[in-house]
Amino acid sequence: MNVKQSLTMALKSLMSSKMRSFLTMLGIIIGVAAVIVIVSVINGVTSDVLENFESLGATNITVSIRGRGGNRSVDVDDMQNLVDENPTLLKSMSPTVTVSGASIKSGSETLDTTSIKGVGEYYDDVATVDVEYGRGVTYADCEYRLSNCIVGSYVAKEFFGTSENALGNEIKINGISFNIVGVYKEQANSKESSTDDAIVIPYTVAKKISGNGNVNTFTFCALNKDVAQMAQQKIEQYLYGVFSSTDAYTVINMSSIIDTINEVTGTMSVMGAVVAGISLLVGGIGIMNIMLVSVTERTREIGVRKSLGASPWDIMSQFVVEAITTSSIGGILGIIFGAVACYIITFLDIKAKLSIPAVFISFTVSALIGVAFGYFPAKKAAALNPIEALRHD
Amino acid sequence: MIELKDVYKIYSDGDSEIRALDGISLTIEKGEFTSIVGSSGSGKSTCMNIIGCLDIPTSGTYFLDGHDVSTLDEKELARIRNKELGFIFQQYNLIPKLNILENVELPLIYRRMSADERRKRALQALERVGLSDRINKYPSQLSGGQQQRVSIARALAGNPPVILADEPTGALDTKTGREVMNFLKELNNDGTTIVLITHDPSLAEETKRIIRIQDGKIISDTAAKEVLE
Repeated sequence: MNVKQSLTMALKSLMSSKMRSFLTMLGIIIGVAAVIVIVSVINGVTSDVLENFESLGATNITVSIRGRGGNRSVDVDDMQNLVDENPTLLKSMSPTVTVSGASIKSGSETLDTTSIKGVGEYYDDVATVDVEYGRGVTYADCEYRLSNCIVGSYVAKEFFGTSENALGNEIKINGISFNIVGVYKEQANSKESSTDDAIVIPYTVAKKISGNGNVNTFTFCALNKDVAQMAQQKIEQYLYGVFSSTDAYTVINMSSIIDTINEVTGTMSVMGAVVAGISLLVGGIGIMNIMLVSVTERTREIGVRKSLGASPWDIMSQFVVEAITTSSIGGILGIIFGAVACYIITFLDIKAKLSIPAVFISFTVSALIGVAFGYFPAKKAAALNPIEALRHD
Repeated sequence: MIELKDVYKIYSDGDSEIRALDGISLTIEKGEFTSIVGSSGSGKSTCMNIIGCLDIPTSGTYFLDGHDVSTLDEKELARIRNKELGFIFQQYNLIPKLNILENVELPLIYRRMSADERRKRALQALERVGLSDRINKYPSQLSGGQQQRVSIARALAGNPPVILADEPTGALDTKTGREVMNFLKELNNDGTTIVLITHDPSLAEETKRIIRIQDGKIISDTAAKEVLE
């Protein structure tokens, strides 16, 4: 009996009891759908998180200084020197001074959620932002403490309608007037509290507003991803030289964070797939159970087939093909359900990215389950004594 | 055609043993229409199982068409059943979820015949039993007599030299039973060797030769006309 013949026979047999076939498949359908949804959601969330991190700059190295009792410190010039001395490792550096609780006004309108950051002239490098209109922070801005600012697209739209209109206007931060010299390109649909809801000013000005004597946060930009690790070591080496203690500072390398995220989500994917794999296994046992019942029910049929000249191999392949057909159809339905579920989930604002390897792997696994769990019942059927099988009723 | 020599079939159950066949020797020539008669438990079913290659003897030899089949394994026996033998059962034994045509095609599928050839042969066989207009029906949609004719067609489809009929009229009324018998006779006239297993002496009398079995032994082997006399 050839494959096509076996397949036709198997389909016929499945069609003859649709409800039972469907219930038999259900375990596999749920298992495969679960594998696909779990892996896809993890996949989607991972790539979402990674995108966010990468938008912060994969080559960024952030340095936070806590200091040691005030006797020794580093300033912006020290850090800039570090960049200048290591041109093969570091590209640029920008200090960051966060201004919190400042009031932001334009006329009578105020904004509460907007973050204000004081930065250096190389901010555009390290923050992967693009200025759409006007310019970014310059050396002169910082040196002469000019009250210039660059605003995010949310701020521009809230106050002035469009990004273009904002340029050249004034806003007030803590009562001080700032000229809008630049507007950043939209990054997050100009939503409130997003990266677009921000104002950037020269760090020297920010220092004055926030009343901070020292700049404690510096963002370096490594020359490229490959040297990020070495650049981090160089910075740590320098800081240890200054503070003689690793407790006085923290150096975070973005690419190592990304590596860690990848590692964690990779483990999560495997764990999720294992859990879903268990439900596939249960589905397989369901198939075996039904196949065993089916062999018993069809004992007489098996006897008849044997009397007509079916060899043990013919009988066995019939049942194995039936099991594979059941599990494969279950697998295909599971893939469809899984894909549809992934699609629906995206409307719930959960990122799901359909994982093609998961689709292939879960289909292959479900087909193999058919072989594995169909084999035992099929073997039982093939070994039936034709006389006893014919007498069975 | 069929030659059994000192065939024993012994089932041992611990200490006791049951001799289902207790030294049977018989020869059936090509083209004969033989009936094997006996009451239930006489050993006639075991005898049929062995002739039908569904079972192998405990000892003794069985030559079918000159080949010793008493020592073959399950796979080879399956091949013999497929090519050399056609079965007709009391309960028809059609497969309910296959239609008439597919039921008749079944032995040809196991012979690995091409789909076209299979269909052609199955249609011929169904035509012979007068059911070629019912090929898409399912067994449950047919009467008992019709179902038995389908099973005859199935036995014929592979064109086997020997047909084994196990109580073929047992589940039928007299009239349809009559039809089936006439059909078997017709087949025999065309040269097919037929072995009929029955407990019904009146049915056996219609065959050319009657072998009576009792307690696993042949107690008589006569031409039918002698029985009548």
